[in-house]
Amino acid sequence: MKLNLKIWRQADATSKGSIQTYPIDGVEGDMSFLEMLDVLNEDLINKGDEPVVFDHDCREGICGSCSLQINGEPHGPDRLVTTCQLHMRKFNDGDTITIEPFRAKAFPVVKDLMIDRSSFDRIQQAGGYVSVNTSGNTIDANAIPIEKENADDAFYAATCIGCGACVAACKNASAMLFTSAKVSQYALLPQGQVEATTRVLNMVEQMDKEGFGNCTNTGACEVECPKGISLENIARMNREYLSASLKG
Amino acid sequence: MSILDSKTPEGPLADKWTNHKNNINLVNPANKRNIDVIVVGTGLAGGSAAATLAELGYNVKTFCYQDSPRRAHSIAAQGGINAAKNYQGDGDSNYRLFYDTVKGGDYRSRESNVYRLAEVSANIIDQCVAQGVPFAREYGGLLDNRSFGGVLVSRTFYAKGQTGQQLLLGAYSAMNRQINRGKIQPFNRHEMLDVVKVGGKARGIIARDLVTGKIERHSAHAVVLATGGYGNVFFLSTNAMGSNVTAAWKAHRRGAFMANPCYTQIHPTCIPVSGDHQSKLTLMSESLRNDGRIWVPKKKEDSVAIREGKKKPTDLKEDERDYYLERRYPAFGNLVPRDVASRAAKERCDAGFGVNKTGEAVYLDFASAIKRYGKEQATINHAENPSEQEIYDLGKAVIENKYGNLFQMYEKIVDENPYKTPMMIYPAVHYTMGGLWVDYNLQTTVEGLYAAGEANFSDHGANRLGASALMQGLADGYFVLPYTIGDYLSHDIRTGKIPTDTAEFDQAQKDVEERINKLMNGSGQHSVDYYHKKLGKIMWNKCGMSRNAKDLQEAIDEIATLRADFWANVKVPGTKNELNQELEKAGRVADFLELGELFAKDALNRNESAGGHFREESVEQSGEQKGEALRDDENFKYVAAWEYKGAPKDAVLHKEELVFENIELKTRSYK
Amino acid sequence: MGIISSSIARKVAMALSGLFLVFFLGQHFTINLMSVFSPDTFNETSHFMGTNPIVQFLLQPVLIFGVVFHFIMGFILEIRNRNARAVKYASYKGSANASWASRNMIISGLVILAFLGLHFYDFWAPELNVKYFKGDMSGLIDPDNVNSGFRYYEELVHKFESPIRVGIYVVAFLLLAVHLWHGFASSFQSVGFNNKYSVALTKFAKVYAIVIPAGFIFIALYLHLNQLPH
Repeated sequence: MKLNLKIWRQADATSKGSIQTYPIDGVEGDMSFLEMLDVLNEDLINKGDEPVVFDHDCREGICGSCSLQINGEPHGPDRLVTTCQLHMRKFNDGDTITIEPFRAKAFPVVKDLMIDRSSFDRIQQAGGYVSVNTSGNTIDANAIPIEKENADDAFYAATCIGCGACVAACKNASAMLFTSAKVSQYALLPQGQVEATTRVLNMVEQMDKEGFGNCTNTGACEVECPKGISLENIARMNREYLSASLKG
Repeated sequence: MSILDSKTPEGPLADKWTNHKNNINLVNPANKRNIDVIVVGTGLAGGSAAATLAELGYNVKTFCYQDSPRRAHSIAAQGGINAAKNYQGDGDSNYRLFYDTVKGGDYRSRESNVYRLAEVSANIIDQCVAQGVPFAREYGGLLDNRSFGGVLVSRTFYAKGQTGQQLLLGAYSAMNRQINRGKIQPFNRHEMLDVVKVGGKARGIIARDLVTGKIERHSAHAVVLATGGYGNVFFLSTNAMGSNVTAAWKAHRRGAFMANPCYTQIHPTCIPVSGDHQSKLTLMSESLRNDGRIWVPKKKEDSVAIREGKKKPTDLKEDERDYYLERRYPAFGNLVPRDVASRAAKERCDAGFGVNKTGEAVYLDFASAIKRYGKEQATINHAENPSEQEIYDLGKAVIENKYGNLFQMYEKIVDENPYKTPMMIYPAVHYTMGGLWVDYNLQTTVEGLYAAGEANFSDHGANRLGASALMQGLADGYFVLPYTIGDYLSHDIRTGKIPTDTAEFDQAQKDVEERINKLMNGSGQHSVDYYHKKLGKIMWNKCGMSRNAKDLQEAIDEIATLRADFWANVKVPGTKNELNQELEKAGRVADFLELGELFAKDALNRNESAGGHFREESVEQSGEQKGEALRDDENFKYVAAWEYKGAPKDAVLHKEELVFENIELKTRSYK
Repeated sequence: MGIISSSIARKVAMALSGLFLVFFLGQHFTINLMSVFSPDTFNETSHFMGTNPIVQFLLQPVLIFGVVFHFIMGFILEIRNRNARAVKYASYKGSANASWASRNMIISGLVILAFLGLHFYDFWAPELNVKYFKGDMSGLIDPDNVNSGFRYYEELVHKFESPIRVGIYVVAFLLLAVHLWHGFASSFQSVGFNNKYSVALTKFAKVYAIVIPAGFIFIALYLHLNQLPH
C-alpha cells in the first residue's frame, strides 16, 4: 500500500517545528505502525536525510514509551492499543496520515515526535508510593486478606503504562486519569490507607504545578487509554481529595 | 587460565547466607551519607537496588536510557514470580525451589547462589505486597498461585499477564520515594559508555546525555550494573528495541569476565515472524501452557494444506493431531521446561510439519481447556444439560479472566481470534542466562563493580525456569546486593568523594569520544540496522536452538568480517552533539558485533548439550532418552568465564568448577 | 480564590454551582408551567416570589452569586485549559472520543450567557425598575386599581408576541439542553459520586437535560401561538 505521511519535524526543544510530507510505498498490513516508520527511516537514511525521531522501546504495548498523535487521535484509530501494536491493516491504500507528537504544555517536544514526560515522574515522586522500607522485614503477604474485587480494581488501575495518551486526547490536556489511576490503586488496598490523605493532596498539587489542564469529564481519556483505565478512578480521586481536604 | 574464586561462604547450604550476613562488615549510618553508589539500569534489579541502597543512606545515582525508570524492560515480563511460600500446601519448600532451579538449569549454576535465591524468595512476596503490588487473589482474599514449566508445584505469584509491570512499578515507586527524599538522583535518557577504574577499582562511569549528546563523568565508590540481557544480539528477540549489551561489554573490556555467553533462552511460545520488516518478536506468556495444548498435524499433507490455506486447523479431528509434547514427555506434557519445548517445536517444523506460511509455527490450542472449564462452571452453576454454546461461553469467560490481555494482544498482532482458532507460536530469543561473572557477593572480577539481575550469569545455569527472572532480579536488588556491597564499601568510609578531574577519567572520556567519532565517520554505505540484521541472521542460523562445531566456526569468522565492514562502512546521519538515535544504535550494534563472536566461541568451546545450549554432536544415542540432549559433566561441569584480550577470538578462558554437594547430578528427564 | 486553588476544588465548585443552577432551573420551570394551566396560580406564585423578603434578599443574591460564579469559573477554567496546550494539533479528532456537548461547554455556556442578558433585560430589569425604583410593590397591572389584577401573566404573554424573540428563546433552550446533557450528569463524577447508583442517576440527568429545556420551549411556543389571531 502507498501512503502519504505528514509528520511533525522539530530539530530540538527550542526550534520551531513544522509538518513535512513524505510519500511511502510498499507498506504491508502485517506491519506495525512503528515498523512502517522504520521503513521510512531506513529510506531517509539511505537518501542521506535525517530519520524521524520517535520514542519506542518494548514494542509490545507495555513500556509506554511510544506515543504519537495519529490522525488526531493518540495511538491512532484503533482502541486499546499503543502505537507499537497498531497495525497498518487499519489503514487503506492512498491514505494520508498525519503524525504529531502528544501535545501539552507539560509534555514539551524534545525532538520531532519525541516528548518529555518527566512531569509524570514528578507526580509519582510526590506521593505515588507506600512508605515501607525494602528491608524485607514486613508481615507475611497473606496476613491481610484483601477482597478480590478491590484487589482486581487496584490491579486494573495499576495497569497504567504512563504513556500520556490521556493527556494527549483530552481537550484540556488534563492528567487526571493518570494521577487518579495511581491514587486509586493505593486507595483500594489496605497498604495504601496510612498515607492516603497526604498522597492525594501532594500528587494533585504536583499535577497542577506541572501545568496540566482541568478535567471537564469529556471522557476522551478513557476512550483513548490503551489499557482501558476507567473514569471511575477520577471519581475516586475526587472523593479522596475532598475527604482529604476536609480532614485538612 | 586461572581458577576463579566464588567466595562462597563455608558451612551447610541452608546456613551459608545467614552466616555470611553475620560475618560481613557494615557501614554505620553516618558514614553511609559520605558514600556514593552508581546504579546503571533501572529494571527490577537496578530499581530495587537503587531504592534499597538509598534507603540505607547511600547517595545513589541511577542511569537509564529510557525517559523514565518505569520503562525498563522488566516491565514486559508477563507470567509471574516464583516464591517458596507453600501457600498451596503442595509440598513446596526452599529446598524444592532450589532443587527445581538447579535441575532446570541443567546443573550449570552455583548451588550456594541458587539456595540463597530460594531462601529470600518468600520475602520478596511479603515486600511487594507491603508496597501495594496488586497480585492476583482468590475469593477468600488470599494470594493466588499458578504453575509454570519444569516444576510440579504451584508457586508462581502473578498479576494477570502483567506481573513484571506490577513488580517494576513497585520498585519504581520505592525509587520515587527516595527521589523525593533526595537520596536518589535519576539520570534518565542517559547511556553508560564506559566504566572508569581508579587504582584497579571501579570508581565511576562515562555517560552520554542522549538528549544533548554531552559526554558526562560521574564518580562513585562502587558501580552496580543492572543492565539486563543481550538477546538483541539476534536482532529479532522478545527484548525491547533498546536492550543492549553495551554497559556489560564495556565492563568486560575493562576487566570483568563474561561468563557462559552462549547460554541463551529461546522461549517456546512467541508469535511467529510474519515478514522481513519485522522489528521484534512478541512473547505469549508461558502461563498459557497451563491450559493450552501444543500440536501439529500428524500427516504432512495436512500441514501443507494448512500452509496453503486449503485447510483450517479446526478441520482436523483429534486423531489427526500430534500433541507432540504430550507424546514425548508424558510426565510433564505441555509444561516441560522452555529449552525442551523449543527444541521439540523446531524438530517438528524442520521435519515439515509447520503450520504457517513460512513453515515455522505450531499450534497452541485452548479448545479443550475452554470445554473443560465450561463443564466445570456449568456444574458449579447447576446448569442442567447445558448446550455446547453455553459450555463454550462459560469456558471462554474463564480463559478470558486468566489470559484476557494476552489473547487481545495476539488478536491485535495476528488479526485472528484465538478463542476460535488455535494460536500459532514459534520459539524466539528471550533471555540470556550468561552474563558478567560474579562471585557470591555479586561482585565482578573488577573490584567495586557489581552486576545484578539478568546482567550477571549467576543463578539460572544453562536454562532458566519460568517466573524465575523476576525472582532473581528482585532478590539481587532488594536483599542481596545491599548487604554484600556494604562489606566492600566499609573500606571506603575515609576515602572521601571521588574526583572526576583525574587522568583516569580523562582517558576514559577520550576513549569514548574517539569511538563516537569513528562511528560518525564510516564511509556511509549501509545503515546500522543493515548490519544488525545481518548479525542477527548469522546468530540465529548458526548459534540458535541447535549448534554444531562447523557452523560455530563459520559464525566466528563471519562476525569478525561483518564487524570490520561495519566499522569501515556504517552510516550514521546527523551529528554527535544532539539527540541521535542512529548513533545510539550504532554504539550498541558495535558491541553486539564483538559479543556475538565471543558467544560463538563459547558455544564452540562447550562441546556438550546443556539447557538452552544444544550441540548436535552431544546427543543421547540409545535408550529411553534417545535423541535428547546429552550433558557432559566430566568435562564441562564448570562456568566458562572469558577475559578480554582485544579481539573476541583472543579471549582467554577461566573456569569456575561447579561443586555439587547437596544435589546429585542426574540426567534431566521430563519424560 | 484561596480555597479553590487546586484543580479538583475548582472542578467540584463548578459541579456544585452547576447543580444548584440545575435545581433552580427546575423550580423556575415549575412556576412557568403554571402559566399554561392556570394564569391565576402563576400570578400568585410570581407575586409571592417577587415580594417575599427571604426570596428577594436571601435566595436571589445566592442565585446571582451562583450564576456569576459558575460563569466566571467557567471562563477561568477555559483559559487555563487552553493554556495547558500551547501548541495546538494540526489534526485533532475530538469527535472520535468525546461528545460535542462535552467538548463545547464554553460555546453552549456563552449562548446561555447571552440569552441571560436578554432574559434579564426582558424580565429582571423591568421588575427591579418597577419594584425598587418606582417603589411599586403591589404587583398589580394598575397599582391604583386593586381590581386590575396581577400584571405578571400579562407581561409574560406580551413578551412572547414577537416571533424573533421566541426564536431566540428556542435556540437558547436548545443550547441549554446541550449544556445540561453533559453538565448535569458529569457533576456527579466531579464530586466523586460514582457507584452502583450512577447509571440510574446519569439516566435521570439525561432525561432532565431534555425535558426541562423542551418544557421551556413548549411554554414559549404555547404562549406565542395562543395569542396569534385565530
